[in-house]
Amino acid sequence: MSDVSRRDVLRGIALSMIAGGGFSLEAAQVVHGIAAAEKAASSYKPKALTAHEFRTLQKLADYIIPADDRSPGAVEAGAAEFIDLLAGQMERLYSANFLTAKPDQQIAMLDLIAYRKNESRPLGPGIRFFDWARRMVVDAYYTSPIGIKEVGYMGNTSVAKFEVPQDAIDYAVKRSPA
Amino acid sequence: MLQISRSSPVYDVVIIGSGAGGGTVTKVLADLGISVALLEAGPQLNPAKDFKEHQWPYQVPHRGAGDGGAGYFGKSPWPFGYFAATNGNWQLEGEPYTVAPGSKFQWFRSRIVGGRTNHYGRISLRFADYDFTPYTRDGIGTDWPVSYDDIAPYYDKAEQFIGVTGSKEGIRSAPDGVFQPCPPPRVHEVLVQRACKKLNIPCIPSRLAVLTQDTNGRPACHYCAQCGRGCVSASNYSSSQVQVFPAMKTGRVTLITNAMARELIADATGKVTAVSYIEKATRTEKQLKCRSVVIACGACESARLLLNSKSNGHPNGLGNSSGMVGRNLTDSVGYSLSAHIPALEGLPRHNSDGMGGMHVYVPWWLWDSKNKDFPRGYHIEIGGGFGMPQIGTFRNACRRHEGYGQDLKDYIRNDYGTYVGLAGRGEQIPNESTFCEIDPEVVDQYGIPVLRFHFKWTEAELKQAQHMHDTFKAILETMGGKITNPRPAPVEGEGISIGGEIIHELGTIRMGSDPSMSVLNKYCQSHEVKNLFVADAAPFVSNPDKNPTLTITAMAWRTAEFLAEEMRKGNV
Repeated sequence: MSDVSRRDVLRGIALSMIAGGGFSLEAAQVVHGIAAAEKAASSYKPKALTAHEFRTLQKLADYIIPADDRSPGAVEAGAAEFIDLLAGQMERLYSANFLTAKPDQQIAMLDLIAYRKNESRPLGPGIRFFDWARRMVVDAYYTSPIGIKEVGYMGNTSVAKFEVPQDAIDYAVKRSPA
Repeated sequence: MLQISRSSPVYDVVIIGSGAGGGTVTKVLADLGISVALLEAGPQLNPAKDFKEHQWPYQVPHRGAGDGGAGYFGKSPWPFGYFAATNGNWQLEGEPYTVAPGSKFQWFRSRIVGGRTNHYGRISLRFADYDFTPYTRDGIGTDWPVSYDDIAPYYDKAEQFIGVTGSKEGIRSAPDGVFQPCPPPRVHEVLVQRACKKLNIPCIPSRLAVLTQDTNGRPACHYCAQCGRGCVSASNYSSSQVQVFPAMKTGRVTLITNAMARELIADATGKVTAVSYIEKATRTEKQLKCRSVVIACGACESARLLLNSKSNGHPNGLGNSSGMVGRNLTDSVGYSLSAHIPALEGLPRHNSDGMGGMHVYVPWWLWDSKNKDFPRGYHIEIGGGFGMPQIGTFRNACRRHEGYGQDLKDYIRNDYGTYVGLAGRGEQIPNESTFCEIDPEVVDQYGIPVLRFHFKWTEAELKQAQHMHDTFKAILETMGGKITNPRPAPVEGEGISIGGEIIHELGTIRMGSDPSMSVLNKYCQSHEVKNLFVADAAPFVSNPDKNPTLTITAMAWRTAEFLAEEMRKGNV
């Protein structure tokens, strides 16, 4: 799709929002058409969402976190597949979505997607997405003052003399084979 | 595009490049009362503003992951992370280099006052006496035109001036110097020392260009472990803070930044009369007239400058009738291995920062052994301890543990600080297939022809890397460690560093007694062009298992004193 048509659609959507009418029928049809035209060559078939819902979700994900010349975006990261999977699994197992599911239902879901050993065609996108989510949450947590304290880093300070506590040396030497 | 202006005064000495070599020459000449112009391809450095010392990840944009989390996608704009003090990279926009088919090579260039000394590892090792006579010793390579005894007084001066830690050990492969006390070993380093002792391998206090005593107005280290970010208090050595800035206070240094040297202009008598450079801000070509020139752009960039300085008298490049400019390129052999050390699990927390680098290291210990299947040797560097958590610190922990929740949190807490990494840095022997030359088809954004690299490891380096692997495995396993990054056999070419990756490239304008086989004499003065000197690692005849910076400093010091004396005598 050309930049011009994308810009036109965005302007159309913006104008209709300002006018207070939400999406115009026209704009919705254009979005729908674009989504169909841009449908990834991926053979993924949505499980819980309708094809239309899934493509809309992909489109939204593309707008939220687009790919650029630096990095792939949320579509490539499998965001739509992940959400479809969550919705699908939840619906199939518990007739609920993730947020409103009971804690034990949420945990059952996580136990599926938090381990590579559960890799399968339907779970694959969820496992890969969770891997990213875990990495980013762990990074964010342990680079925060709370996380730095949790892990016990005590440096980044000025000291007049560098010393190593004898109890720490004794602890390691006692446990060491050498 | 270019307009040439020739209105500059005549400088006694023009120095090109402000890293370890150029910084040292600038300082020594200014102290001897000689006025110099110092050309630097990059901008001025402002440590207070440019260095990211003491910043926490949560104080910086995106915790240091880069715009849009670029670091997550292998597209970090910072080769050594957000916090490192570099203004350089493996690729510079508009300033390409090429690599010949079949070769792998990468070239790190740091365009800023101080160059790569702003972030380097500060490892400061003297070459051994036998490193200057490699051919005499094992029949491979070429002897230097200077001996250890020629250079030793300059090692003394360099160490006294820049400040180097260490201890008297009496080990032939690692000559003792003028040392400041080294801080005590960290807990994991104690374990490495104990394992080495069991294996009969020496593991001695580090020799780092870090002050542990106040020296020449510079305060002692405050032990934040962030040398690589640049040190605002100049408690470690960088040529910018320790040599260039103080030298400028003498009033005898004209610093010209953002000036990319293009060509050296020689007259009919074969002397350099001017340096042609691109003033980046205006993209105009300018000339600095000079009575002598010292090039110290980094070994490959210096070779490029000479090769691009062609004239009727010097059709192969200035001072290059030997054809040796660009030849004999080497880098250090690099290999690393790390392990999880169960003895460190649950280690009582304490501040293990210390200096920005290891407090102990392993010098080469088999220098007189006949029981090995490769020539020359390597030293071992040691990493570990409780580092500041950063983006990516626990990525491997997540991959190993997977899961989520309290288990993951407990695992990370227990896992933190339990890794020890060993890295080898060894000697590559010059070979016919490893060199740089001018690419006949590519120019940079200023129209200056670029370098094309050819690089090949030989069996000597592959077998050495295999020996590193076997040794590291033995040390780590003696500590009870479990190897975390197992690799295929280095002897098959796997796991060994890529040429240029260790950033110890040198040898491209080598010195020697025979003008048909070398470019420079024993004072790093051109055999053919008497007012041309080289003061980086390009003159090195071999690339021993010692990081080159201290020897660059010592040799540059000697060259500067020689130049000053020749000027006094009216010979230059």
